[in-house]
Amino acid sequence: MFSPWISPQNPFDAAALDLNAAFKPPAWLDGGDRAFLLGSDNQGRDILSTIMHGARISLGIGLASVAFAMVLGVTLGLLAGYVGGRLDAFIMRVADVQLSFPAILIALLIDGVARVALGGERHEEIVIPVLVLSIGFAGWVQYARTVRGSTMVEREKEYVQAARVIGRRPLAIMAAHVLPNVIGPVLVIATIHIATAIITEATLSFLGVGVPATQPSLGTLIRVGNEFLYSGEWWITVFPGVALVVLVISVNLLGDWLRDALNPKLR
Amino acid sequence: MHLLSVDSVSRDFDVSSPWLNRVLEREPRRILRAVDHVSFEISKGETLALVGESGCGKSTVARLIAGLYAPTEGHIAFSGRRLQMIFQDPYASLNPRWRVRKIIAEPMLFLEEQKPVEQFLLQVGLSADDAERYPHEFSGGQRQRISIARALAGEPDLLICDEPTSALDVSVQAQILNLMADLQDRLGLTYLFISHNLAVVSLIADRVGVMYLGRIVELAPASRLFSSPRHPYTRMLLDAVPDLAMSGKSRTPVAGEVPNPLAPPSGCSFHPRCRYATARCQVEVPRFSDGVACHAVEEGRLPT
Repeated sequence: MFSPWISPQNPFDAAALDLNAAFKPPAWLDGGDRAFLLGSDNQGRDILSTIMHGARISLGIGLASVAFAMVLGVTLGLLAGYVGGRLDAFIMRVADVQLSFPAILIALLIDGVARVALGGERHEEIVIPVLVLSIGFAGWVQYARTVRGSTMVEREKEYVQAARVIGRRPLAIMAAHVLPNVIGPVLVIATIHIATAIITEATLSFLGVGVPATQPSLGTLIRVGNEFLYSGEWWITVFPGVALVVLVISVNLLGDWLRDALNPKLR
Repeated sequence: MHLLSVDSVSRDFDVSSPWLNRVLEREPRRILRAVDHVSFEISKGETLALVGESGCGKSTVARLIAGLYAPTEGHIAFSGRRLQMIFQDPYASLNPRWRVRKIIAEPMLFLEEQKPVEQFLLQVGLSADDAERYPHEFSGGQRQRISIARALAGEPDLLICDEPTSALDVSVQAQILNLMADLQDRLGLTYLFISHNLAVVSLIADRVGVMYLGRIVELAPASRLFSSPRHPYTRMLLDAVPDLAMSGKSRTPVAGEVPNPLAPPSGCSFHPRCRYATARCQVEVPRFSDGVACHAVEEGRLPT
């Protein structure tokens, strides 16, 4: 997140780039340069710096799209589970239909529609929000299903009935009573989903509909580096890959810790 | 003017299979009548107990009065301002994610005056420090005290207790019953007490209604009901209660089982289990009059 201030080089400032410094191997190998700790890529960009910037974009898109999917999915799941009846049937049928399409396809569709609707020029500016919305929208179903299931269980418990006797409104009961008791599994899904979202974003970038090359994410870096893997410049793709793995593991550990911290029974 | 009057209230539940199964298997809709034309009144300051076996509809009556279900027929008139409810399972009736302070303060959201939570904790015999703890840190009996404290915080005119002691150990049951009796004396509370345990009811109730398959079969002051029960079903229940004075003698066990409420017997629904049943009992539903609904009592052919 703080990469603009701590990275050795700004990899997106064309003036700072030197094509003579392209394809430098990592510093500890023959021909390495202290200035490029993890080597440089085909345009002379420092890999460490691009990883730092790329991780920032990947994480940002991942977190934002998961947050969007979570809010949408949890809201619909709570409503479906608590209100039941026709609303439940309607929401779950929409979810079923959406589940029969791959997430990538839905994200592609939304992204494509936004591209056509907004025209090429403005698209550049809003590409990241559009990506967030499309990846997020592709992932709300599993939140809705999980929350709906546990809400139907919680709704019948006596503490919910006690709140009804006390006179709380249904929306207040959903938000104050049911939500804290169904959110645990959601957080676990969310941590796994962040990794999936980052990968979805990388795939979209690979297909040419993701983030533009001027501000590449980790996924874009891996894909770009892939082209040079067989000509011996392995560091261009391996280090972003390692960074992605570390990022995903960190996110998962954080999610575990978060779940334990939020459960009063384990405290 | 009664605090609560329940006038010929019924409640049906639709227990049919899903629509598609019904169409494919040519099944009719199946309606379960959980409560069937139940009427009673509760005056301020008294305790009315409803007793009966599992599935007789006593909990449904409690939920109807609390407004958790709407009656299918009939009318419930409550002349007080507020009612609160204490539930059976102390492990499910408190939100596990809330601190005790928040749980007890919840009913006060609807009151103008906010009293300190500690006051209610002390009232039910817990300590003021307990406000910052979570429900799982307490035992079943303590949780039930928290439930009572929450109910009291709502300043209820009527307190509905749905089997408040049946999930507790016997020794703890007595403590909770004593607490409830004590609170009634001090605060002038009115209780509707639902239980299947006659021993518990005899300790706390002023009047007792005996329910069988959704109907009230006998309603009488507690002392009268326990000393001289009239309805054959009440007699059967009382004969089955262990009694120290009678130890050594054999007790009469409760005979037979509750029939399927989906297909209740014709006439008086108790007739298949009743020793005194006649042909009239099999066809004609007995009217509730003078505190009992039984043809045999009406015709005076029951031994006293």
